[in-house]
Amino acid sequence: MKTANKTVSAERLVKDALEKAKFFADYHIFNFLNEEGALKKAREIDAKIKKGEKVGRLAGVPYALKDNFLSPEGETTASAHILQGFKSPITATAVAKLEAEGAIMIGRANLDAFAHGSSTENSYFGPTSNAFDKTRVAGGSSGGSAVAVALDIVEFATGTDTGGSIRQPASFNGVYGFKPTFGTISRYGVVAMASSTDCIGFFTKTPEDMDLLMSITSGQDSKDLTTLPDYYNDNTGAGSGDSGASSLAPVVTGLASSIAPVVANAPKSPDSCARIGIIKDFDNDSVNPEIRQALKKKCDDLKKKGHKIVELSMPNLKYALAAYYIIVPAEVASNLSRYDGIRYGFRSDKSKDLDALYNNTRNEGFMPENKRRIMIGNFVLSSGFYDAYFLKAAKARTLIIKEYEAAFKKCDFILTPVSPNLAFKIGEKVDDPVSMYLEDVMSVPLNLAGIPGLTVPAGKSKEGLPVGLQLIGPRRSDKSLIEFAKELR
Amino acid sequence: MKYVPTIGIECHVQLSTKTKLFSEVDNDARGKEPNSCVSPVDYALPGMLPRLNGEAIKFAIRAGRAMHCEINAFSRFDRKHYFYPDSPKGYQITQFYQPIIGPGFVELPSGTKIRIEHAHLEGDAGKLTHFANYSLVDLNRVDTPLIEIVSMPDIHSPKDAHDYCKELWRLMCYAEVTYGDLFNGNMRFDVNISLAPEGAKELGTRAEIKNLNSFRSVERAAEYEIKRQTRILNAGEKVVQETRGWNDASGETTGQRSKEEAKDYRYMPEPDLPPINLSQEFIDEESAKLPLMPSDYRENFGDVLKPDILEILLDYPNLMIKLNQLVAREGNSGGLSEVTTENEGASPVTTGRSDTSQKGLSSRVALIANLFTSVLLAEEKSAEYLNDLPSSKDLNELAEMNEKKELSSTATKEVFLKLFDPQMKGRGVKNIAKELGLVQENDLGALQKIVEIVLAKPETQKAQDDFRNGQEKVIGFLVGQVMKESHGKANPAAVQEILRKLLTK
Repeated sequence: MKTANKTVSAERLVKDALEKAKFFADYHIFNFLNEEGALKKAREIDAKIKKGEKVGRLAGVPYALKDNFLSPEGETTASAHILQGFKSPITATAVAKLEAEGAIMIGRANLDAFAHGSSTENSYFGPTSNAFDKTRVAGGSSGGSAVAVALDIVEFATGTDTGGSIRQPASFNGVYGFKPTFGTISRYGVVAMASSTDCIGFFTKTPEDMDLLMSITSGQDSKDLTTLPDYYNDNTGAGSGDSGASSLAPVVTGLASSIAPVVANAPKSPDSCARIGIIKDFDNDSVNPEIRQALKKKCDDLKKKGHKIVELSMPNLKYALAAYYIIVPAEVASNLSRYDGIRYGFRSDKSKDLDALYNNTRNEGFMPENKRRIMIGNFVLSSGFYDAYFLKAAKARTLIIKEYEAAFKKCDFILTPVSPNLAFKIGEKVDDPVSMYLEDVMSVPLNLAGIPGLTVPAGKSKEGLPVGLQLIGPRRSDKSLIEFAKELR
Repeated sequence: MKYVPTIGIECHVQLSTKTKLFSEVDNDARGKEPNSCVSPVDYALPGMLPRLNGEAIKFAIRAGRAMHCEINAFSRFDRKHYFYPDSPKGYQITQFYQPIIGPGFVELPSGTKIRIEHAHLEGDAGKLTHFANYSLVDLNRVDTPLIEIVSMPDIHSPKDAHDYCKELWRLMCYAEVTYGDLFNGNMRFDVNISLAPEGAKELGTRAEIKNLNSFRSVERAAEYEIKRQTRILNAGEKVVQETRGWNDASGETTGQRSKEEAKDYRYMPEPDLPPINLSQEFIDEESAKLPLMPSDYRENFGDVLKPDILEILLDYPNLMIKLNQLVAREGNSGGLSEVTTENEGASPVTTGRSDTSQKGLSSRVALIANLFTSVLLAEEKSAEYLNDLPSSKDLNELAEMNEKKELSSTATKEVFLKLFDPQMKGRGVKNIAKELGLVQENDLGALQKIVEIVLAKPETQKAQDDFRNGQEKVIGFLVGQVMKESHGKANPAAVQEILRKLLTK
């Protein structure tokens, strides 16, 4: 990653980034450009460098912030009308850690409103275009972030991944995109989508950059009780016990284990020979042949390098999508309850009483996809349906977790497609929500299981569209997973 | 037909923890500006996550143990959804499926046991104040920790309902988990009442009266409901299951506008809070910190104090703690006069049960208890006084002077009240008594001189003659004259003895 130094100033880096951002304005990458703020920060860093003071590991590095991270710079909108005008007094933990190392946010990147979607078409501000074909989608929900990195506007971008929202756009735009183990990076200050599957992660151009960002942002946060001890930077394995957030250590134990049980400690980085699992249940005609071809080629390469390919049968993964689209909408409906027009954001002015105020504000403020998920979520939580839907989905989730545990006894990592298709045309799937949901079939199982997944670029299709593959590891294997991605270059 | 009422009570107790249940802001909003004790977590900004206040868990353990409840090692939180401006998140975080406090019981002063079904931790809602065409929202109360205590349907009379609520209030105050201020809603009661024919196995249809905040209103509402439902049933009609409001002024419950459909709270496990796993050591350690409970005081003071006095005093934990300190001091030091240091506010927890068998001690405790009930509680400023009680040392000295007859009972009361006077209280009982000239003259020689002066006065001659002629009751007049001469300091019993002696010579 290019950082500022005595020869290249932070101001130069930031100005270049801003210039490129403006050049690509018609891709609709940014909801907000942080020109003044970014330049001010850059000059501060340059002053430090001049004085010979110590600067951080990301000194002067421009980055794109997905617009669902809270920070006082610009409005935090989550690309949703209902948050219009919301200036956050809070800085998200992840943002604070990045900025403490000198990273400079040059803009807030577009997303599907409240991260609901797989194409960034559900944004109140309009869709973001794919970096390789302007008529195609960026993927989503972190579409703006992925394209910002792919077009080399910034060195890295933040993302959130609830069901594939980092990995799929990374794949569509040919960059690295990482969803860590659940609880690795604090969710404090990030607009919640589904609490039990939301993960903070990044888009980068190299595994090395990813490793650096992970080592900066990982770790326990007393403001997010589901965070894990900092296993990422702890090579001694001391972080392996789920001792829970420090503030509660004497009282509460077994914190994050509730959401996804802890499997065995992370495997040591596989040396010369790793066992790579491929899931034969995914190897069928529903997957684009060029993606299948890319996977096959990668497997051949790995074999040549001395690694072993293991075929896995994971029949329970087919229930993941259904379980996901019950659990996640339930949590979505709940987490979106706070947007009521009373305290902040948009309020419909057409209302004469309280019920009308709620109805109008939420009706006008949410996108159709938001409303669809709220309705599904409230339905599956209704008394009389809870057992049939939510509880059953929770049980399916347990089966999926167990299936991964079993798989990781046979292999160190799993390599699969990220999604069944390459970047599709803007507008192609907007009227068919189910086919849009099917885009997530290979990415959501990881979120249900809380395990890490890294999108690695794997060449281009005949049409010149990027193809990505997903490298999956057991819980807390994040460091070795990123390390192993170097083998896939 | 004769009907048996069955009453179930849900009681919300606001816990007096330093900070809120899910954030680190001040939990004590008394006298503070509206919306000044609110963090972004309580205010439900986007991206905010609940933290968990460990102190609330400790309080819950104590509250549970006060009710002889099992404490569940494993419990967790759920979300209860509803839209209203008093609920910024759009849901309340509560414990619907696995509460922290399991079954137990509360024993009423009458000996009746009311079983507790469970009690759970949850966050309180904000407060709305409605005006003609607008409403104001105050979120200071949002996520103040509450425990909701759910009774079994073991209560069958308005009197027992009253006593149960009062005993719960005492238990929570003695367990030191709440400020216990009923007027300000620190404890609120939801009472459900149904009637069933005598001998029937099934309970009748119930009506629920929500948000009662006094024992008396619980009792009156129950009485009213029993009458109302009896009338309905006797007329051959059916009781409607509904929530009713209580009007304290008219003494009636009224049906509230019922929603077309039943509320569906769409309960869901709280994904932002991990479950609570408590070790047995932790539970035991916290349970051991439970202060003395009303039942302990009844046992300790049952021989010394009359039951009615004791029950009055039990309503004032500060007074019981003070009485216990008096006893504990005696037990520890062996002599009142030797006590020089004072350890005010010392927790009575460690002193345990005290020995009140010594007779002198018993009468001193009875005296102080009597001063508490007949003097202190009768004072206009008693509420203020209760929070600033005299030291045990002062009370002991006061009792001692009374015992030695250095202070008459009137003088004792007077000095006692001076112990609350900011101008006087630091000076010590003896000094106050002297300054006010209230110390009784007990020196027989000195007394005899005063008596002789009085007997020499011409205006007493007739009374002296009358007495000698057998008019016994004029002795009172003569004693009165001596008291006057001594400016009230003479010990009247001694004066009478001396008078008799001198007049019958």
